[in-house]
Amino acid sequence: MRYEAPETVDKAVALLASMGRKARVLAGGTDLLVQLRAGVVEPEMMIDIKKIAELRSIAREAGGFRIGAAVAGAEIREHADLRKAWPGICEAANLIGSTQIQGRASMGGNLCNASPAADSVPALIAAGAKVTVVGPAGRREVPVESIATGPGKTSLADGEFVVSFLLPPRPAHASDAYLRFIPRTEMDIAVVGAGVNVTLDAKGVVSAARVSLGAVAPTALVVEDAAKALIGTKGEAAALDALAKAASAACRPIDDKRGTKEFRIQVAGVIARRTAAKALERARKV
Amino acid sequence: MAEATTAPAKRKLKWVGKRAPRPDGVDKVTGRAKFGADLFMSGQLVGKVLRSTLPHARIKSIDISKALALPGVKAIVTRDDFQDMASEFVPAGEMMINYKDVVRNIMAREKVLYEGHPVAAVAATNAAVARQALKLIKVEYEVLPHVIDVDEAMKPGAPLLHEDMITQGVEPAPTKPSNVAKRVQFAVGDIEAGFKKADVIVEREYHTQPVHQGYIEPHACIASVSEDGQADLWVTTQGHYVVRAHCARLLGWDISKLRVTASEIGGGFGGKTVVYLEPVALALAKKAQRPVKMVMTREEVFRASGPAPGAWVKVKIGATKDGRITAAEATMAYQAGAFQGSPVQMGCMCAFAPYDLENVKTVGFDVVTNRPKVAAYRAPGAPISEYAVECALDELADQLKIDPLDLRLKNAAKEGTRAVYGPKFGPIGMVETLEAAKNHAHYTAKLGPNQGRGVASGFWFNIGGETCASINVNEDGTVSLIIGTPDIGGSRASHAQMTAESLGIDLSKVRTIIADTSMLGYTFLTGGSRATFAGGMAANQAAGDVIKQLCSRAAKIWEIPEDAVAYEDGFVKPAGANAGKFPALSIADIAKKAGKTGGPIVGHAQINAQGAGPSLGTHIVDVEVDKETGRVSVLRYTVIQDAGKAVHPSYVEGQFQGGAVQGIGWALSEEYIYGADGRMQNAGFLDYRMPVASDVPMIDTVIVEVPNPRHPYGVRGIGETPIVPPMAAIANAIGHALGTRLYELPMSPPKVLKAIGQNEAKGQGRGH
Repeated sequence: MRYEAPETVDKAVALLASMGRKARVLAGGTDLLVQLRAGVVEPEMMIDIKKIAELRSIAREAGGFRIGAAVAGAEIREHADLRKAWPGICEAANLIGSTQIQGRASMGGNLCNASPAADSVPALIAAGAKVTVVGPAGRREVPVESIATGPGKTSLADGEFVVSFLLPPRPAHASDAYLRFIPRTEMDIAVVGAGVNVTLDAKGVVSAARVSLGAVAPTALVVEDAAKALIGTKGEAAALDALAKAASAACRPIDDKRGTKEFRIQVAGVIARRTAAKALERARKV
Repeated sequence: MAEATTAPAKRKLKWVGKRAPRPDGVDKVTGRAKFGADLFMSGQLVGKVLRSTLPHARIKSIDISKALALPGVKAIVTRDDFQDMASEFVPAGEMMINYKDVVRNIMAREKVLYEGHPVAAVAATNAAVARQALKLIKVEYEVLPHVIDVDEAMKPGAPLLHEDMITQGVEPAPTKPSNVAKRVQFAVGDIEAGFKKADVIVEREYHTQPVHQGYIEPHACIASVSEDGQADLWVTTQGHYVVRAHCARLLGWDISKLRVTASEIGGGFGGKTVVYLEPVALALAKKAQRPVKMVMTREEVFRASGPAPGAWVKVKIGATKDGRITAAEATMAYQAGAFQGSPVQMGCMCAFAPYDLENVKTVGFDVVTNRPKVAAYRAPGAPISEYAVECALDELADQLKIDPLDLRLKNAAKEGTRAVYGPKFGPIGMVETLEAAKNHAHYTAKLGPNQGRGVASGFWFNIGGETCASINVNEDGTVSLIIGTPDIGGSRASHAQMTAESLGIDLSKVRTIIADTSMLGYTFLTGGSRATFAGGMAANQAAGDVIKQLCSRAAKIWEIPEDAVAYEDGFVKPAGANAGKFPALSIADIAKKAGKTGGPIVGHAQINAQGAGPSLGTHIVDVEVDKETGRVSVLRYTVIQDAGKAVHPSYVEGQFQGGAVQGIGWALSEEYIYGADGRMQNAGFLDYRMPVASDVPMIDTVIVEVPNPRHPYGVRGIGETPIVPPMAAIANAIGHALGTRLYELPMSPPKVLKAIGQNEAKGQGRGH
């Protein structure tokens, strides 16, 4: 197996294009190295993208933020402006693994590993984030929810990889939150995850909302009915109950080692409601 | 003539009871300590095991020719490399094993009996070649139907693991084979008459899941066999003498040919009392004529090394209105895994052991299923049956409106109580731990909404056994204590403390060394909470031997009779008529002249330690239940246990805390999840959920000391009892928080949420 660490996007694209599926892209490696060790993947080449500056930076852009795909969770945690504007995305990214793993784990890797339970993905989807994908045909910008197509599967074409995430500008009274249910307190994988992003008008009425659920379907879900339940309300108990109901109704989970179908559906509503309450509380303060 | 103490020391103790620094501590913290995988030998090969992916199949053929031809492959072993063995039961830890089964467990013969069962093993120049070679081994199977669940395995018509298994302990003997290896029964009094006297009877059924010991260090060893057949094995184990005995037997070697050294051990909890890789590594090393190192992956640890059994238990307890138990009965079936030998007998013996009862009956069934063979896990068998009994008792207390600790006090076993399994107890601390629980601030602290408190008690026998110790008095008067029990929980420290105490010298002058098997006589393993108990007894006796020799040497120096000297605080003094005639001699003074007075001074003891004393404990726990998700948080936890005498209180507390934490996992989150294909789905720490540090509160501890009169320092052994009460204490706490009870472990969020839903549907919620 060869290890390559190109310093430009173009070189990485060229390497990836030449190797096709025999190469794997290495960001933080917190999923890939585990899969390698378990013999799940046996690539001929690993292309480490951490040496590419564009993939490792957080920058202001068009009133929002651009976050490199290989930026580590710990770097996100330390970015005060980003944390203030997008607390939900930051708390989601910071849930990827333990403190040690946070030194490496990235949102790009979290997205491309395509686990339905990825923590940062529902938060990014709720935020309306876009991803920049690069490949032999150049760059394209697509919504986050278009990348994962099923467990372990993505819409990325051969030779493509994710470069960065673009978060939109923040109006006043807008914030987000991410919560998950895990049986333990740490070191666990979401049985249900919920990202909620809300914008309030001057009177405190919800003018825009997005709700996304993780781990309850083959990919993270955008739950429009749950968002609709909030819009036009001040987030009263009745609105939150309607949101919870819509969230449960949207679930298409499986019975597996991490939870039963019945349990996931019930708890998805609970977690969505708690997440929405937290996002609303934050939005009222900014 | 001075002798070391033989009855619990009444004098003021200088070292026993102190929190001295742990001699192996710094090396373990800095990474210098050498564990099972940390020894490297020149020319060493990597050994890997080919394991069955099927839960049950007949092996039609094994073709190793392609693998053997792969460059870098130096040896392959299969069933053909091990002699079949006759049926013979021998003790392994606190459990029994049968060599006919062990030889089949280390390498499948006629059939594979569980997913993970070894079929072949390869030694190659590196891990990549070894893994490639495993892929080249062709095994032809005839797939057989499998059975994973203990209830299913007992049904007529269930797939048979062993076609010749006739249930033992049943009269008349069954004519047909089954998966039930054995029926055991213990009974005293007349339970029918007892139940007739009862005002209230609680009868409940409980289910538990297998749980793994979860030692952080996987099984690992390195074996080397010289051209003339002298073999060395370095291994992480709780008992290297036991490993030596098993390996020599399985390989047909003389015991003297094999020297085994115990590495540092990263946890065992009973799971490192049996052999898996060790005989295979030795066989490979002999065949390859090169050292072979073998290390299990975590996945292999889960799929192929012993958990504690899962089980079902039915309990029936009757009592009068004032809380006196009139009769108690328990029936239980324990999964043995692929081969017979679950700890169900101990489950039956312990079930009601904390109580003084007139009419008791316990019946147990040992049942084989297509799972890895169970191994000992802290107090093997006891946590399961006692969980069921302690939960039923709690319901009884609720129904009688009696405080659960008062109910236990009313029925507590005391000195002189005859246990259901025969003997009368000596002094035991059941009443003392219950009273300490009642008086603890935790027991009366205020609870918030959705919170509940639970209590439960626990019993474990503790054991003695064959134990050797040597004390070498060095030329400068310092001493080396040589013992044969691997140090898992700080026993080097406790042994050094007891030796310093017995010799009356400074603790810094004693160094404890764990011998390899060539240095001391046979010493049974570290298990049964015996190491500090039995090792301390042997060390104390060896110290007595040293003192006798020191007195004799001093008498020789002074040219007075041996019985005219006395030993006190590390000095020999002239006594009686000679008192004050000569200046006292220190050990160093005598050691310096040892060459001229008869040669080196070495004290020995080789004993079969008798008089182990049971340890009883009572736990208090507070939980909070998230009623919307079923998630249970443990808020506060207090362990109260009788240690006899805590030689090193910090390590006693550590054992209490560790047992409670493992019990929290057993109660709330740990379980083996099997698919319909008979394969384990959660063979890793991500989905086999042991508690992490943030899942548990600081575990508070109270050490009760009711000395064991048969030990020189009053020691009982404390390592196992702490895992007995947690499951029931937590179940009882959840019951009180919810106003409804769960009867199945683990009490994971989906089960708790379902119980909440059912309870609300019944409209009977009555939270406390």
